[in-house]
Amino acid sequence: MKKTLHPIKITVNGIESTHAVEPRLLLSDFLRQDMELTGTHVGCEHGVCGACTVLLDGEAVRSCLTFAVQIDGHQITTVEGLGSNPDELHPLQQAFWDAHGLQCGFCTAGILMTIIPFLEANPHPSEEKIREALSGNLCRCTGYQNIVDAVKLAAERGVGQPNPDD
Amino acid sequence: MKPAAFEYIVPDSLEQALSILQEHGEEAKILAGGQSLVPAMNFRMLQPTLLVDLNKLEELDHIRRNEAGDLLVGAMTRHRRLEFDNLVAQYAPLLHESIPSIAHPQIRNRGTLGGSLVHADPAAELPVIALAVDAQIKVQSIGGERTIPSVEFFQGMFTTDINPDEILVEVAIPESSARTGWAFKEIARRAGDYAMMGIAVRITLDEDGVCEKACLVYLNAGDGPMEAVEAAKILEGQPRDDQAFEAAAEKASQDEIDPLGNMHANVDFQRHLANVLTLRALDLAFQRADVDRGENL
Repeated sequence: MKKTLHPIKITVNGIESTHAVEPRLLLSDFLRQDMELTGTHVGCEHGVCGACTVLLDGEAVRSCLTFAVQIDGHQITTVEGLGSNPDELHPLQQAFWDAHGLQCGFCTAGILMTIIPFLEANPHPSEEKIREALSGNLCRCTGYQNIVDAVKLAAERGVGQPNPDD
Repeated sequence: MKPAAFEYIVPDSLEQALSILQEHGEEAKILAGGQSLVPAMNFRMLQPTLLVDLNKLEELDHIRRNEAGDLLVGAMTRHRRLEFDNLVAQYAPLLHESIPSIAHPQIRNRGTLGGSLVHADPAAELPVIALAVDAQIKVQSIGGERTIPSVEFFQGMFTTDINPDEILVEVAIPESSARTGWAFKEIARRAGDYAMMGIAVRITLDEDGVCEKACLVYLNAGDGPMEAVEAAKILEGQPRDDQAFEAAAEKASQDEIDPLGNMHANVDFQRHLANVLTLRALDLAFQRADVDRGENL
């Protein structure tokens, strides 16, 4: 089949750009290969592991279950969009650092992108709610206890609550 | 783990989408939320030559009521919207109760009602709910539209009554009569996983608390959403009664469902779960109907 490229205009981490993509290109591969944003990880590629989770117009989605061509006109936030610069962690990232909420780190980006909208919607979650929110992200180091602790710590520090400066 | 090449069209009207389907027939596949289709394409279990993306058709994303009191839900309405919509909570409480059990929030942010119904996975929640609430499924083609009762729409494993040139456009959920109770229960190993067994129950009581009508539908219990008609007959004509509940649960779990078994639950265990879930669901549904009855006395 001949390759037909489709033009797309997208905003990734606040920066707008245009691209030409093959329809079969997954959003996850587009971000990693075309955008060179390798913070988004690819695990199972069928929607089970959650490693590729990014924000689409502010909502957590599996980037392996969406085609890049569908993102035309939309906004994507990846883990690279957290924190103001590489030396200054987002408060959620800082909480994961402080609570040792990661071991190998493969699942971490997907977990962070899952928890950002979760804490915005639930600024004071119960542990049960946290565990439910994390159920779509697999950690094969099985460091779940510290991941739960990290989310609790982030919530205690007010991640997800409206910023008084805004 | 990458999909095979395909052509892609994103129509900006339903009419355009229908004429593309008319032209391409079975070669074309509709892309709704993509949460079942794209995994199947990544595995190359499906290799459609053309994807018709309905995501720009805002006319298919709606929740409203008509004059008859039916709740009308557009096919492209995402699970996440159903989960938090007040009309759904009020007029389709059984649907509302089932949504958090559908996969994970990341999947619910993309998955659509129409996509799930057309996919007709026997382990999915929404086909079971559609059957339990007697949803009327509206499909459209260039030639016109037709409305299919859920009981005729589902025709087995991943199979429905929809034709290749048709698009599911809307689902109508009739308003429940007074003194109706409902319950949805499922058991999965982990929140968001495929359930090992699940049940949707809807019952209507008369003014004296006797069951007038019962409907029990099971998921992951056969080659489609499995309705237990004989169990419902056991309940009809009976008041809230443990013995009737036990007889119905026994009938449904032993005789009427046909679970296939899987690596996490063999057939016997699935039947056991069906029995237990039936008792729990009936108890809750009758309680809810009684509350409604109290308010109507």
